[in-house]
Amino acid sequence: MEILYENLLKLEWQQIVMWAIGGILIYLAIKKDMEPTLLLPIGFGAILVNLPFSGAVTQIVDGAVEEGALSVLFDAGIANELFPLILFIGIGAMIDFGPLLANPKLMIFGAAAQFGIFFTLCVASMFFDINDAAAIAIIGAADGPTSIVVAQKLMSKYLGAIMVAAYSYMALVPIIQPPIIKLLTTKKERLIRMPYEQKEVSKLTRILFPIIITVIAGLIAPASVSLIGFLMFGNLIRECGVLNSLSETAQKVLANLITIFLGITIATKMQADQFLKPETLLILGLGLVAFIFDTAGGVLFAKFINLFAKKKINPMIGAAGISAFPMSGRVVHKMGQAEDPQNFLLMHSIGVNVSGQIASVIAGGLILNFFS
Amino acid sequence: MNFHPGAFIDSLYYMGVGMLGIMLVIGVIIGITVLLNKITNKKSDKEQTQNHE
Repeated sequence: MEILYENLLKLEWQQIVMWAIGGILIYLAIKKDMEPTLLLPIGFGAILVNLPFSGAVTQIVDGAVEEGALSVLFDAGIANELFPLILFIGIGAMIDFGPLLANPKLMIFGAAAQFGIFFTLCVASMFFDINDAAAIAIIGAADGPTSIVVAQKLMSKYLGAIMVAAYSYMALVPIIQPPIIKLLTTKKERLIRMPYEQKEVSKLTRILFPIIITVIAGLIAPASVSLIGFLMFGNLIRECGVLNSLSETAQKVLANLITIFLGITIATKMQADQFLKPETLLILGLGLVAFIFDTAGGVLFAKFINLFAKKKINPMIGAAGISAFPMSGRVVHKMGQAEDPQNFLLMHSIGVNVSGQIASVIAGGLILNFFS
Repeated sequence: MNFHPGAFIDSLYYMGVGMLGIMLVIGVIIGITVLLNKITNKKSDKEQTQNHE
């Protein structure tokens, strides 16, 4: 009879707290539609790994190692960065670089909006050793796979907290960005119209672009070459015109499959003894700092450019450089329309948004160059 | 976890080099993309004129 409740007696309050956290993540995913593809598996995984002697994770029972399926998946797909990199092929296949190629100058805002990463690195270094600080700062890349790869390569102890922060804040972009944009811009600036001139982008440009970006990024930040290379490979499949079936598979089946495993596998790092620490709260706070300063960096840089530019730029589009594709681009467009329904910023903001995706990967590569 | 306020100043170097690095890389990418657009657009213009002839 004792065998039926023996395990129940080993339940600790910290594990129950983790169930509650898992439940909150599932609630946010289902009820609030916040990054459900990742928050739901992470939430369920958090419950799964926080059962006493959970068979889902590797445990030492009576001196013998009993391997758990999630730990095996972690070693096979995250410890070696395979899952996030493969996911990048799917993301690359989803991205249309057209608006960016039509107006390449927009890319500069993607670069400016990485300011939050480096600012957070400085702040985090006051509390953590420099490698952990760098891994935490990369939450500001607003890009899950980049955060996983950088945190894993830098052997951060806080992978679970970093992932939860990265994906939660990505989902919260529509809540985090608007007040900061409003705070940093005047109504007059938000009303600036930016007519979109439709420019033809040749197929050759679309094909050469991913190849050239890979070569440049690889030469300058070799540590980023796998990240940017997989992203651009996915885009090349999309743009070459002869691999439509592969492109579709990468965008849908491949991306979905990896996403299922990625979310639930990350949860192995959410065991109560590793996750319930004061550092986790601090990491969540620092992630928010990164998102706020990314947004501010993009907006303020656009305002700076406006000091010299003849054709004024709506500084709100700078905020879309945060990455978090395509949410951030849409947020800026909606804010523009709220100020003036005739103001159509979507093509510009999506262009900046896509450039943020490239810039955040390069930022990840530079961070790895510095510290790995 | 300890608090070392001086580390903020020490890390400013990475902020400077990092932002400069990103700006440089993106600057190079912008330059190449502009060039690529010009070259490929000229080519397609030529092809179009030849087709019309």
